[in-house]
Amino acid sequence: MTTITEVVRENLRPRYLLDRTSFVGPLLVAPAVLYVVLLVGLPFLLAVYYALSAYSIFDPSYRFVGLSNFHDVLASDIFRRTLVNTFVFTIGSQIIGLLLGKIGAMLLMKEFPGRRIARALIVLPWAVPVSLATLAWVWMFDSLYSVINWTLVALGLVDVANQPQWLGQPDLAMAAVMTVHAWRLFPFGVILFLAGFSSVPKDVLDAATIDGAGFWRRNYQIIMPMILPIVLIAVIFGTVFTFTDLSVVYLLTKGGPINSTQVLGSLAFQVGILSGDVSHGAVICLFLFPFLLVAVTFMLRFLRRREI
Amino acid sequence: MTAIARRIFGTSSFYLAVTLLVVFAAFPFYWMLITTFKTDGDLYNLQSVPYWFNAPPTLDHLKYLFTQTLFLRWLGNSALIGVCVVVITLVTALPAGYSLARMPGRAAENLGIGIFLTYLVPPTLLFLPLSRVIAWLDLQDSLWSLVVVYPTFTIPFCTWLLMGFFKSIPREIDEAAIVDGCTVLGAFVKTILPLSVPAILTVVIFAFTLTMQEFVYALTFISSSDQKPITLGVATDLVRGDIFYWGELMGAALIASVPVAIAYNLFLDRFISGITGGAVK
Repeated sequence: MTTITEVVRENLRPRYLLDRTSFVGPLLVAPAVLYVVLLVGLPFLLAVYYALSAYSIFDPSYRFVGLSNFHDVLASDIFRRTLVNTFVFTIGSQIIGLLLGKIGAMLLMKEFPGRRIARALIVLPWAVPVSLATLAWVWMFDSLYSVINWTLVALGLVDVANQPQWLGQPDLAMAAVMTVHAWRLFPFGVILFLAGFSSVPKDVLDAATIDGAGFWRRNYQIIMPMILPIVLIAVIFGTVFTFTDLSVVYLLTKGGPINSTQVLGSLAFQVGILSGDVSHGAVICLFLFPFLLVAVTFMLRFLRRREI
Repeated sequence: MTAIARRIFGTSSFYLAVTLLVVFAAFPFYWMLITTFKTDGDLYNLQSVPYWFNAPPTLDHLKYLFTQTLFLRWLGNSALIGVCVVVITLVTALPAGYSLARMPGRAAENLGIGIFLTYLVPPTLLFLPLSRVIAWLDLQDSLWSLVVVYPTFTIPFCTWLLMGFFKSIPREIDEAAIVDGCTVLGAFVKTILPLSVPAILTVVIFAFTLTMQEFVYALTFISSSDQKPITLGVATDLVRGDIFYWGELMGAALIASVPVAIAYNLFLDRFISGITGGAVK
């Protein structure tokens, strides 16, 4: 006669445990979850703690100082300038990127000889490692041998003596950084818009055309609403990548001249790593967080709606 | 007559627009290519047209790159980091993706979304505390620090991608294997994995290219030249003081970019369907 304890013991033997989905399921997810918790979740909490303590590489005491680091950062002119820059940089390069993305997708929707090659070439800026691609721009913006300036001079648009210093003048530097980032992101827009356009059923468009809808009407009253979710994804990823960027700014201008292109990422790097003031660096990084939360919320709403 | 004229005008303005966009996208890469093979005298001559060779092309920059710099070492480092990260990613993301695809109920769905959302957490938010964690692990200034950290963004993305893929495999297949006497794990390894080769290949390519794209963590954690991955080494070590070695720099950037660009182009459509959560086929 089997007693209850025997049955229980039997069920706990390894072989039986491995048969039970309720045991194996969590076991299989565990490594991935653990990795993310240990190296994303925990460091994030650590960042919060840094922001609230007086930690620097010169004073590794972790002394708790409350919100005083936030006060320091908010009171700094450079930080406020940086915050404004970050928004200008993000919104500017998003607008250019999305516009070029949409135009590019509309062009590539048409079949023409060489379309595949054109697509492959257009995707390049996004496919190539960002630091390497940006280096090409550093060279193109060179103060003496800029190919852009050479062209402008040759076309008679600027004077040899007054060539624009793309990375040396505050306004131009911002424009340059924005252009490079838009350049890097617009292929992503092209591809997403293309995917969206081709998901719009042809008969819907034909029906609209027969009903008398012209180019703009088809575009803004039929296609755009239908591909809105995809556009939203492009915007979310695009803004997150831009808002938190550090590579493009660091390689092109290092935040200069006189902080005119300083963004949150590059300032945090300068303060937290180069100057070793980890606490204040962490505070600057944490200003990214509310923004990320908004992005994540939008993304969540999108992912949930997909289920229904 | 006017109709024909309008048509010609329409077609040519279409091609003009395509050309302008392609030039905007690809000119920097053309510029890399031509800089690589130009002699210094030609590079730094403002009198001649820069778009083409004004002196015979040269291999000097490439020779210098391969013999006088750590270029090959950086390539090797990047390859090593890439392979290790791919292995870690596969080992964790494959079972996780499978489990999330098969686990019943809302909890699995939420967990999947939660893991995917960590892909949105940028290096810029975490590089400061992670550099501390790296110090605790005694990995400062070593390429192994990147092997440890890079899976934080490859695992979320690849788990998500694999979850979507496993969902498309009918549940009956693993159930049949279990009825035939396999354990849950056995069913996964013996029936599902062989069906997943294309998905695994995609994950391998993506984990590798995402690793190659990263710059912020490498810049933060590594300062010794011989430990740098290619993206960092080229950007920081080929500039001595204020002197840029443009021929070498562009050559190095070009050589490292080509394989990544090709891989990306081939797997682009899968990447898009992953990133949009399956909204786009």
